[in-house]
Amino acid sequence: MNRFIGFIKKEFYHILRDRRSLFILFGMPIVQVMLFGFAITNEINNVDIAILDHSKDVNTKEIINKIATSKYFSIKGFIDHEDEIESTFKKGKIKAVLNFEKDFSKNLVTQKKATVQIVTDATDPNTANTISNYVGSILKNYQQELNQGLNLPYQIVPQTRMVFNPELKSVYMFVPGVMTIILMLVSAMMTSISITKEKELGTMEILLVSPLNPIQVIVGKVVPYILLSIINAAVIILLSIFVFKMPVQGSLFLLGAESTLFIVNALSLGILISTISSTQQTAMMISLMGLMLPVILLSGFIFPISSMPLPLQLISNIIPAKWFIMILKGIMLKGVGLAYVWKETLILIGMTIFFIVLSVKKYKIRLE
Amino acid sequence: MAKDNMIQVENLTKMFGDFTAVNNISFEVGKGEVFGFLGANGAGKTTAMKMLIGISKPTHGAATVAGYNVLTEAELVKRNIGYMSQRFSLYNDLTIKENIVFFGGIYGLSSKDIKEKSQTMINELGLHDMTNSLVGSLPLGWKQKVAFSVALLHNPKIVFLDEPTGGVDPITRRQFWEMIYREANRGVTIFVTTHYMDEAEYCDRVSIMVAGKIEALDTPKNLKSQFRVDSMNQVFLKLARNIE
Repeated sequence: MNRFIGFIKKEFYHILRDRRSLFILFGMPIVQVMLFGFAITNEINNVDIAILDHSKDVNTKEIINKIATSKYFSIKGFIDHEDEIESTFKKGKIKAVLNFEKDFSKNLVTQKKATVQIVTDATDPNTANTISNYVGSILKNYQQELNQGLNLPYQIVPQTRMVFNPELKSVYMFVPGVMTIILMLVSAMMTSISITKEKELGTMEILLVSPLNPIQVIVGKVVPYILLSIINAAVIILLSIFVFKMPVQGSLFLLGAESTLFIVNALSLGILISTISSTQQTAMMISLMGLMLPVILLSGFIFPISSMPLPLQLISNIIPAKWFIMILKGIMLKGVGLAYVWKETLILIGMTIFFIVLSVKKYKIRLE
Repeated sequence: MAKDNMIQVENLTKMFGDFTAVNNISFEVGKGEVFGFLGANGAGKTTAMKMLIGISKPTHGAATVAGYNVLTEAELVKRNIGYMSQRFSLYNDLTIKENIVFFGGIYGLSSKDIKEKSQTMINELGLHDMTNSLVGSLPLGWKQKVAFSVALLHNPKIVFLDEPTGGVDPITRRQFWEMIYREANRGVTIFVTTHYMDEAEYCDRVSIMVAGKIEALDTPKNLKSQFRVDSMNQVFLKLARNIE
């Protein structure tokens, strides 16, 4: 036991004395959470739009007012002619133009129908889509106000309710994803680098010649990273609760336990990587390319898995991050207990055991 | 077989696929002997040494080190040997003291033992002012001396030195060999590989490996008269040329 504590102490010296690894361990998680939380967002706020109003009557005024007072848009100009639309977009600031047809009010009254064209700058398709949706719902609202007191023969009123994230905050979606990425990165990359570092420096040989057995060496190298990753997970959860006001509906204990499981899973992947790479560079490249990209692209963090082509959907199943994100969303947003995530949990446990068995096998071959 | 042989090697062979890295070598090393293990790069020295220190399994043959079988009692072998590699054996980002505590710890020394040992070691090396400086900041010669002392912390019966003086200046090399002799006089067996033929002259006995086989094994004096030359360097060259 004494040996073991000595080993862990030594590992902490390594980590604390290397600024680069310290930054990756503690700086990056905070920077990433902040970046994803604040900068990258699917919501639109204060989008600049321009108005092309051919009729300038009561109804168009009212609509324009409604739009101007919403927090989503700010009206940054009025133009007089269709020809100006394109040049307005080319200047880059304005993302959408509302084009009211001539005699808007008159048409509304006489023909019961008036048109407004929503022209959006679709160089960014997501934003364009969101803008037209938002404008559409403002218009629908206005229409309902106009129809008040009238008896329409048929009326379907959709009532949308966004469950678990009523305000559609994208932070809710990013926090589980970022947490997954960071735990994966810190645990897998840092352990694989720290183990290959010993190989590269030749100190691994010294350790193997000592009475410590290989398993003890590996466990000794891994335990500090388990501790650090748990701290990281806690920091991320605290940041999301206190900075981004993200609720944790489910049990904190379960959240902690599942996070620890995922950390161990990532660590075992890290060990596996270190058994197949002989230099720190290789370990880093494998971790970045082999782990980070799939985690970002195929885990369902940013791109929904259900809209991927079938082969990618199948591949996504072998990515541990996918299951962890499902667990995280379940616990944090839906407040479910183990009864609802046991399947994902079992899959993660299975993968962890698989990685460990595989690396033990590989590790032995290396020693021959 | 003499009873106090610390290393006993019989027909040791290591194959990697079709390639025979170590071909049927046999030798023994007595207690307190300084045994030079020579050979060109790629001759199989390191592979042979790795089998003796228990991190590589022999394909055929047997070896005992400190009285324990390397195949079946690797753990006991490891407890009784010290090892210092040509590549640096200490952690550069730890201080001298932390390195001593760490390596003492993994060999299961009590903290009291570690304290006493490190005190004597620091006295012998005259390192009083440097115990808290990072090993990375020491000159190479010093590092190697510290590494050697650390390899001796747990009182091993045999110390394996894999090119311990590579890249070190002549004066420090000289001092290093004084340390080696001191330990040999205390009864520690020294098994050393080297590229420097002048160092080979310091050894009690020398073996020269060429292409996986031991081609010569004797005291430096006998080897020189056997090959009718005046330096180990010439012995080495003659052997290597003959084989080619």
